[in-house]
Amino acid sequence: METLTFDYPASRPVPGRAHVGVVGSSDLEVLLEPSPDDRAHVRVRTSAEGFGEVWEAVLDRFFARNDLAATVEINDSGATPGTVALRLAQAVEESWW
Amino acid sequence: MSRGRVWFEALAGAIPDGEPASVLCADGTVRGGSARFLAVVPDPEATFPRARNGELGLEEGWALARRVRQAVAEDDGEQRALVAVVDVPGQPYGYREELLGVHLALAAAVDAYATARLAGHPVVALVVGQAISGAFLAHGMQADRILALYDSGVAVQVMSKRSTARVTRRSVEELDEIAKEVPATAYDIASFARLGALHRLIDGIDAAEPDAEDVEMVRDALAEAIYSARHDGSTDLSGRFASPEARQHRDASLQVRKRLAEEWSR
Amino acid sequence: MVTALARTGTRFTELSARERASALLDLGTFRELIGPFERLESPHLQPQGVVPACDDGVVVARGDLDGQEAVVLAVEGLFQGGGIGEVSGAKMAGALELTLRDAERGRIVRPVLLLETGGIRLQEANLGLLSVAEIHAAMVALRSHVPVVGVVAGMVGCFGGMAIAAGLCSYVVMTREGRLGLNGPQVIEQEAGVAELDSEDRPLVWETIGGQQRAATGMADALVEDDVTAIAGAVRSAFDAGPPAEHRSAQVERYEARLAQIDTLDQLDGPALRALWRDDGGGR
Repeated sequence: METLTFDYPASRPVPGRAHVGVVGSSDLEVLLEPSPDDRAHVRVRTSAEGFGEVWEAVLDRFFARNDLAATVEINDSGATPGTVALRLAQAVEESWW
Repeated sequence: MSRGRVWFEALAGAIPDGEPASVLCADGTVRGGSARFLAVVPDPEATFPRARNGELGLEEGWALARRVRQAVAEDDGEQRALVAVVDVPGQPYGYREELLGVHLALAAAVDAYATARLAGHPVVALVVGQAISGAFLAHGMQADRILALYDSGVAVQVMSKRSTARVTRRSVEELDEIAKEVPATAYDIASFARLGALHRLIDGIDAAEPDAEDVEMVRDALAEAIYSARHDGSTDLSGRFASPEARQHRDASLQVRKRLAEEWSR
Repeated sequence: MVTALARTGTRFTELSARERASALLDLGTFRELIGPFERLESPHLQPQGVVPACDDGVVVARGDLDGQEAVVLAVEGLFQGGGIGEVSGAKMAGALELTLRDAERGRIVRPVLLLETGGIRLQEANLGLLSVAEIHAAMVALRSHVPVVGVVAGMVGCFGGMAIAAGLCSYVVMTREGRLGLNGPQVIEQEAGVAELDSEDRPLVWETIGGQQRAATGMADALVEDDVTAIAGAVRSAFDAGPPAEHRSAQVERYEARLAQIDTLDQLDGPALRALWRDDGGGR
């Protein structure tokens, strides 16, 4: 298991909080909450080791498109980058409700 | 001879009667108080071939239920103690067992012991050998008090190390390393004791070949446990959380209960 | 927040544990206790390199069933095979104990167990064992006040110490896809050999421990479609029926008699057992 952390500058507060996904069978869960400051803080715990660069690429792209001051926790059980991107998008959408 | 039989014969002081041969049951006494002793032992002639080595299977589950319920039905006034002498290698792995509902047979034993406890019978489990998984859930884990002998042949666990290694895809060495971090996964009885659910770990006893003195020591321990169970004003399992060990090593369990209680009503 | 789902035509087994709990309860009444944001996860998984879940794989949801207070305990089968550990087990046992406390004070809360579980989580071993025993204890005590209803829908099924819990339920609702057995087919094959049970033979497995077989032999009370409305209806019907005359796990005479019949059979399989145990009077 590997723990990775990422940090991004951000200005827009996230409107609410969200929880999507399940930790199991090539899926992941995402917890999204407002960040205490003008940054996005991400912690990834993943069962698949050695994919730090892939996570970086996915998250870089996500936060480039989404200016969100959010605390994001990801518990991952071997999801593909596509699934990760999907869950992140779902989490953002849910945070609006 | 299985340890279960050794200790049953030493403690019960009476000839077991009834069927099947794999379930020993006899009424005796513990320091003057009446007690029904129960044990599950190997029976090479048992009906179901997958349950001939002391496993708690179809016949054993329902028979334990019958013997325990009989004691509850008969006792009017002072409820006799029920002493489960535990040495069970697990539940049987078998096609017929699954087809015929062995899960329900074990549930029957759980139900009976829990019902007896709720009706005020002191239920005491004495672990003298193996106490594995579903078999221990059915015969012992519903007790008011759990006692165990401190001996390398005494183990409480969920699955054999070999099988666990296979299912979790780890080596036995890796499991041993993990057991140092997570004592709940360790096999020795002292590690189980650290979880706080054991009322007493009885040391200085020859678990395999007890002499008269060993038996008396255990009888005393049973008497104390029975007395304590009868007079503590509770018929549930909450006592398992009372020990300092439980407060330390089952802290998360207590935290969960506390939060649930806080959030229960809106 | 769980998005509103179409209640008809939705396969129950496609839903997560949280979604199942929400779908069962009266619309708008779902309220989760110790939800994901409280992050009450297992302290034992990360030290052994296993990724935890923020809810440890069990959802405790209060709400109503036909206007009556209820609590749904839903196991997430996709997380660690639905294995019960310290925290997940405590969530179930603790909720059942609170339900019992309420019942003893005259306030009835209807307990429902959604059992998608391989049994005790091996990575937490004896902590799981202790919590499962506490679940059993609470269920037996609770049953004298209010029925305890279990649902085994699949796709994981219900095994191990939690199959024993299913055996303790007042009513068990199953789907055809669901399986209820003590040891999983793969474990039996590993331990006893493929001649004992070929775990790859799906028709054989379902004919042995599947929902249809269990219902036909009296070990499950209802066989329903894998559909939210059907399962929600079956759960409500179970409570409407009130407590059973005698719990299945207390029917000692009946089952000892049933087992005694088995000696005489040479060939025993699913269909043979259905024929034998179908019309034996007694029971529900």
